[in-house]
Amino acid sequence: MDNEITFEVIDREGQVHQIQGPTDMSFSLMEICRASDLPIEGTCGGMALCASCHCYINSDHALPSKGPDEEAMLSEALHVKENSRLTCQIPLTQALDGLSITIAPES
Amino acid sequence: MIQTDILIIGAGPTGLFAVFEAGLLKLRCHLIDSLPQPGGQCAEIYPKKPIYDIPAQPEILAGDLIDNLMQQIAPFEPGFTLGEQAETIEKTAEGHFIVTTDKGTQHQAPVIAIAGGLGTFTPRKPELNNLAFYENKGVDYMIKAPEKYRNKNVLIAGGGDSALDWTIYLAEIAASVTLVHRRSEFRGALDSVDKIQVLKDQGKINIIAPAEVTALKGQSQLESVTINCEGVEQHLATDYFIPLFGLTPKLGPIAQWGLTLEKNAIKVDNSLDYQTNIPGIYAIGDVNTYPGKLKLILCGFHEATLMCQSAFQRIYPNKRNILKYTTVSGVEGFDGSKKEAPKSIIKKIQ
Repeated sequence: MDNEITFEVIDREGQVHQIQGPTDMSFSLMEICRASDLPIEGTCGGMALCASCHCYINSDHALPSKGPDEEAMLSEALHVKENSRLTCQIPLTQALDGLSITIAPES
Repeated sequence: MIQTDILIIGAGPTGLFAVFEAGLLKLRCHLIDSLPQPGGQCAEIYPKKPIYDIPAQPEILAGDLIDNLMQQIAPFEPGFTLGEQAETIEKTAEGHFIVTTDKGTQHQAPVIAIAGGLGTFTPRKPELNNLAFYENKGVDYMIKAPEKYRNKNVLIAGGGDSALDWTIYLAEIAASVTLVHRRSEFRGALDSVDKIQVLKDQGKINIIAPAEVTALKGQSQLESVTINCEGVEQHLATDYFIPLFGLTPKLGPIAQWGLTLEKNAIKVDNSLDYQTNIPGIYAIGDVNTYPGKLKLILCGFHEATLMCQSAFQRIYPNKRNILKYTTVSGVEGFDGSKKEAPKSIIKKIQ
């Protein structure tokens, strides 16, 4: 389908999940992962206020750069690495097709 | 022992609105919440964020929604046990429930409504050796009674709203306040960031950033901390260390109450009254699950309303309950207040 992308998510047990999602519904990466029953909680609903959607980006996809809210939250979160992102701040677009992410440990 | 008709666990928007619907049926409510203030997520995580899907409220700040709910339920005089976590539940011989908190406060009611949202907010703790040893011996994760910091040396870590707000508040009463943050940028309401700058310029607070607390020291009580500021270590004597790194919700002790759970939520009968597998215990709002469940405040309000109708029948099995409209019957508070529509004037026009 035209507006459908596929990406992979590695959960905390190392299991790989192939996830499909539409790019024309204004979803974020967090929302589609949460709706796919992955352990990405998105407690604050997607406001970069809780870091419960923290993931590591494994592939070298060009992603939108971090906004000040995401920078601030990541500065307080645990287990932060160079490739850390809050998936609630990444809109689901064609550019994400084939992306690979790993869910960060629970904090 | 606190006695009430409906004991509500969780004082978020759903739990608060349940007080209003119960009050219309002349049922009294008492709420337990682990946070020191009512409002749940709305007050704790995003009080300054606008919500756009509350019916008839094109835009309302989460904090204002809570203030309005508190005003709406005030005539029904709800009781609150705040800053305590509901821990155990037992059943009495006459079929009532006794809920005891982690502080030992006991509550008795014929009906329990769990409106626990995503669970009990538990503080995110920094990764420090012997942190647990100093808990309640100088390390606090939440500020419940600010007076205890009067004339004490306090060190706050964090860069968000609560770190800023408490730094501003404690600057007035503590002997000294030091704010430590991993970055030089702080995230909060514009006026609190400005206030911090003024307090710093006036020498009323110390800010150490970008820096991190790396070690805690003290014999039987916290006496000092080690701070690493861009590779340089310094030791600072302090009476209190308060890391404010946000709170994450965990379902907590409720998970052990024998309720049927599904994906960390409590299963309820949505075709009837949001009752759980234990008769007399209901679950409403984000904490419950059923086919088609949506975690929305407006759905929580609906669930609270239906729960109260069922609770009434459970408490008074022989009393008839007929739906009444507030436009017709007004609102009669337990405090003696009465709100009602003004009577129309009947007058001949000459």
